[in-house]
Amino acid sequence: MSTNSQKYRNSFLKEVEANVEEGEWVKMCMQCGVCAGSCPLGKHWDHPPQEIFMMIRAGKREEVLSSDSMWMCTSCYNCIARCPRGLPITHIMHGLAVYSKRLGLMPDNQPTAEFGQIFWDNLMKKGRVNELKMGLSMYFKDGFSQGIKNAMANQKLGQNMMKAKRMNAMEIMGGHGVNSPGDLAKIIKKAQEIEDGNIQDFS
Amino acid sequence: MTEVIATNETILVVGGGISGMTAALEAAETGKKVVLVEKRPYVGGRVTQLYKYFPKLCHPTCGLEINQRRAKMNPNLTIITMAEVTDIKGEAGNYTATVKIAPRYINDNCTGCGNCGKAVEAEFDDEYNYGMGKRKGAYLPHRMAMPQQYVIDPAIIGSDDAQKAKDACKVNAVDLDMQEETIEFNAGAVVWATGWQPYDANKIQPYGYDRFENVITSVEFERLADPTGPTGGKILRPSDGKEVKNVAFIQCAGSRDKNHLLHCSRICCMASLKQCTYPADDVDISVYYIDIRAIDRFEDFYQKVKAQDNVKFIKSKVASIVKGEDDSPVLHGVDTEGYNRYANQHDLVVLAVGMEPSVDKESFPVDIVINEEGFIEPASENGGIFAAGCSSDALDVNRAVQHATGAALRAVQVINRVAGTEG
Repeated sequence: MSTNSQKYRNSFLKEVEANVEEGEWVKMCMQCGVCAGSCPLGKHWDHPPQEIFMMIRAGKREEVLSSDSMWMCTSCYNCIARCPRGLPITHIMHGLAVYSKRLGLMPDNQPTAEFGQIFWDNLMKKGRVNELKMGLSMYFKDGFSQGIKNAMANQKLGQNMMKAKRMNAMEIMGGHGVNSPGDLAKIIKKAQEIEDGNIQDFS
Repeated sequence: MTEVIATNETILVVGGGISGMTAALEAAETGKKVVLVEKRPYVGGRVTQLYKYFPKLCHPTCGLEINQRRAKMNPNLTIITMAEVTDIKGEAGNYTATVKIAPRYINDNCTGCGNCGKAVEAEFDDEYNYGMGKRKGAYLPHRMAMPQQYVIDPAIIGSDDAQKAKDACKVNAVDLDMQEETIEFNAGAVVWATGWQPYDANKIQPYGYDRFENVITSVEFERLADPTGPTGGKILRPSDGKEVKNVAFIQCAGSRDKNHLLHCSRICCMASLKQCTYPADDVDISVYYIDIRAIDRFEDFYQKVKAQDNVKFIKSKVASIVKGEDDSPVLHGVDTEGYNRYANQHDLVVLAVGMEPSVDKESFPVDIVINEEGFIEPASENGGIFAAGCSSDALDVNRAVQHATGAALRAVQVINRVAGTEG
């Protein structure tokens, strides 16, 4: 990508409309700010949704896609419930997160992104989430000694989950899965092909 | 028994607010017979409840007085108050209207002396002041009410209070045996002018109108500023009666919102700008807005208010209101000019509520085209029924009057056609 085309890029809104789920709604935002004010985590974000939408329209591609904002969304749906224009804000935020990950532009060590990857890898092994391994992967994602600390800190929670039969220690042996993980992998592969085919090149 | 002499050359006007009155008067002054049916005990509608008009900041009582005088002088016009149209049958040039008239319990002998009101003890929330303040069980709805006759609240019928009212009346105007009646009459054309109602602020949940005393609506603020209102024109907080030193206006409260009213109610920006001129100079005013739509080329009015030292404009739709100390509402949101998060406390918050058409889609007495916003469309399918004023669109008084005059002309045309075929 040449420096100039980056500098004078004005097609980012079109790119979002084409490649981001629900991205075609971004132009409908009237900048009232109700989403920003209604977000329970809003003050922890780089940019509230209202600002993200304005930045998209202003062509601030790198700033938007490398922002931590869309990763902070907890899907509480307050913004969708209150948006006077009916924008599916939560979904747009998730769409932007997915797109920034696809392009590898998301912030380094973003915990939500890391969790998402661990969840996906876990799920794809057997077609079902292995809660025990999922938990362990999260504990140990920052190294062995941190993992031990995390496990000790959550010991009680783990025991209670086992008591309540929400988690099974035997899952460590391999755990449950779908009947045919191979077929599932084929389905997912096909879906990814379709999705990849739909992505338009704006670089 | 109410008698109405009407033929299919008569124009029926439904609703006696500023639009209905205008349509009725304009038609009557062309020589047509007009019957005006009004639900309230008096004509003039919501205009009677306004303190001032924009942009000239003159008092609506003035224009109202002219219209009431025109009505009194015109023998072609029959006004029926406390009445509702329940059914309309027929077609353009030949309608039959059914009208239900509620008992006033006061007959035409009434001189408006007020003896009955003094005699009665029971008090009720005063609907003229949107429930702020009380009125007696026998009452004159407001000072300029036309007809200038008292009304007895049906709730006191059968009580000692009702008898006290009857005993106090020296002109034999109290008739406690009055019954609801239903009448039918002919009309050639109908002007539908049922106006609007303030959008129910309780439905805007994050603003807590139902929870916080110091969150009021723009129509209530109008009553607070009016010297004939519940506070004698002083802007006082509902919670403790203290003088308001810091007031906030929230625009688009229920308008331009797919959760509430889809349309822009048009008048609210000008109404709030007008209301910015009501408090004294030392009162801080904040206007929270999405964008200011000073309709009808009133941009200069906006600029003038903007130049007021005590007025601040904040470009933001307020996200929510919580109760702060001293019952003062705290407004939360993020402004669009800089994306700054705020939590601002005010003594009083005024919601600039939207205009909801008073057109009942579900039980409209006749087939008519109503759009998704609830207003009546100017459609040929409507036959000889013409919407006037705010039943057709969100309009200010000026435009409503112009629109009503147009509707009157349409109705007159139908009557002329009828007269032509008959004569």
